Amino acid sequence: MLLAGPAIVVFVGFVILPVVLAGYYGFFRWKGFGPATDFVGFQNYMIIFADSAFHDVLRHNGFILVLSLVLQGPIAIVLALLLNRKIRGRSLIRVLIFVPYIISEVIVGIGWGLMLQTSGSVNGLLENIGLGAFQRDWLSDPSIAIWSLMVIISWKYIGFAVILFLAGLQSIPDELYEAAAIDGASYWQTQRSITLPLLGPTVRIWAFLSIIGSLQLFDLVFIIWGQYVASTAGTSTMATYMVANGRTSGNFGYGSAVAVVMFLISLVIALIYQRFVLSRDTAGALTEGKK
Amino acid sequence: MAVLEAPTRPHKKRLSSDRQEWGSPATYFIAFVFIALCLGPVIYIILGGFRDNSQITNSPAGFPNPWNFDNYAEVLASSTFWQQVGNSMIAGLATTIGVVTLGLMASFILARYRFAGRGAMYSLFAAGLMFPMTVAITPLYILVRDLGLMNSLAGVILPQIAFGLPVTIIILVPFLKAIPDEIEEAASIDGTSRLGFFFRMVVPLSLPGVVTTGILAFVASWNSYLLPLFILSDQATYTLPLGVQAFASQYSVDTAKVLAFTSLSMIPALIFFTLFERRIVGGLTGAVKG
Repeated sequence: MLLAGPAIVVFVGFVILPVVLAGYYGFFRWKGFGPATDFVGFQNYMIIFADSAFHDVLRHNGFILVLSLVLQGPIAIVLALLLNRKIRGRSLIRVLIFVPYIISEVIVGIGWGLMLQTSGSVNGLLENIGLGAFQRDWLSDPSIAIWSLMVIISWKYIGFAVILFLAGLQSIPDELYEAAAIDGASYWQTQRSITLPLLGPTVRIWAFLSIIGSLQLFDLVFIIWGQYVASTAGTSTMATYMVANGRTSGNFGYGSAVAVVMFLISLVIALIYQRFVLSRDTAGALTEGKK
Repeated sequence: MAVLEAPTRPHKKRLSSDRQEWGSPATYFIAFVFIALCLGPVIYIILGGFRDNSQITNSPAGFPNPWNFDNYAEVLASSTFWQQVGNSMIAGLATTIGVVTLGLMASFILARYRFAGRGAMYSLFAAGLMFPMTVAITPLYILVRDLGLMNSLAGVILPQIAFGLPVTIIILVPFLKAIPDEIEEAASIDGTSRLGFFFRMVVPLSLPGVVTTGILAFVASWNSYLLPLFILSDQATYTLPLGVQAFASQYSVDTAKVLAFTSLSMIPALIFFTLFERRIVGGLTGAVKG
């Protein structure tokens, strides 16, 4: 038991305690210096829910959440099925599609930010191939910016989905395919009746990670758009709202309250998802403790 | 130990009918297009560093012509860059050692002993997986400040260890469970204590899982942005992500140099990943299967 001690101390001290403290500070108007004394009850929360800027970020987060699932999921499954076939250079391909996932958000943000600016390489490329009419202000036009963000997010994270799905495909026993072949099943019948159902648990875990990631999205938006431009470009998220209205403006009580709202939204979605989706996987990593 | 076998296992025999229905040129073509899309922006960053600013302005999507090595040379000669590489190295290695050591000890208890509260303890760590640092960052910042660790790498390392534990434990517990009880019985018959068993048998046998979690922790620390942004405000303590961003805003007119700085800063994580790709993919397989 003693062996687990240090891990528990560090984990409780730096993960659990801050989350609890956020709940406490959220009830105060507090500039972050000295003890928090100006108790304001639920006032911070009332301001958050009345703030139209917060309604915007909720909409953005929801949009990103749904589109991440709808865009990345099917594309990643098709790619994984494709790359699971016997082709030359398969291991090299697997390394290469994971590259965007390994590169830091800062690098991705700076690189894509430079590519997508009005005088950047994307518009330059469009000009070069004679599609100059399609040049846009990819980052500041509010009707386009969030789609640009979706492209960047998909680019960065789809490799992770493909690798997960490939790993899931490898764990499907060969015997099932052999049996299907003996029964005369076609390729598509095999995929629909064997591969996709057995890939289910992997897809459900991926979707869970994707949902949580969408709700917490911060780095890319903050690096490309900064904390203020994001709201005019229509790409601000709960996390950038939290940083802009919390630490940056020195309102630690308010920032903590935003963190609590984020936490509760994530928790509710996570619990609903676990209850209705992940519970189908008896041995899922996240449900094991509750068996 | 399916976790170990998955990445290296010979690929399953494909049914002959597959290949006839799916022409393989189409497979290669789609794979090629996808790879090109994945690597395009990376190549843009790397090649951009070999151009100069007038080339970039005149032809934003062009190739280097002529090749210009000054940007990379200047970045490699700057002490700021190497200082940030050093800071990132220290933070990365300390985080990795901390996560692996604490995670292995806790996983050992969780995997090999039955005790009241074991399920609750596992759930506690698993719950941490659901809540990345973003939610806790504001109070975490205050906590680190009150501990007097602002502007020190320790203020980044300790929270990173804490937030790295959930993934580590979820990956390591199945590894440790897979060690047969007979080995432990044999060890105890031979007079080995439980601690001796831990160091002589558990640590070597779980090495593949340890490597996986270590690499994940290192890459996560190397790329970490939000926490250093809050904790480190003194330029001398900047890690690479902060340094890259500061460099990009300081030299915003010198695009070529920014691209050179950016591409040099991604090399270490890429090398680590290439070396240990099989292990990472294998570890993810284990995590998915639980």
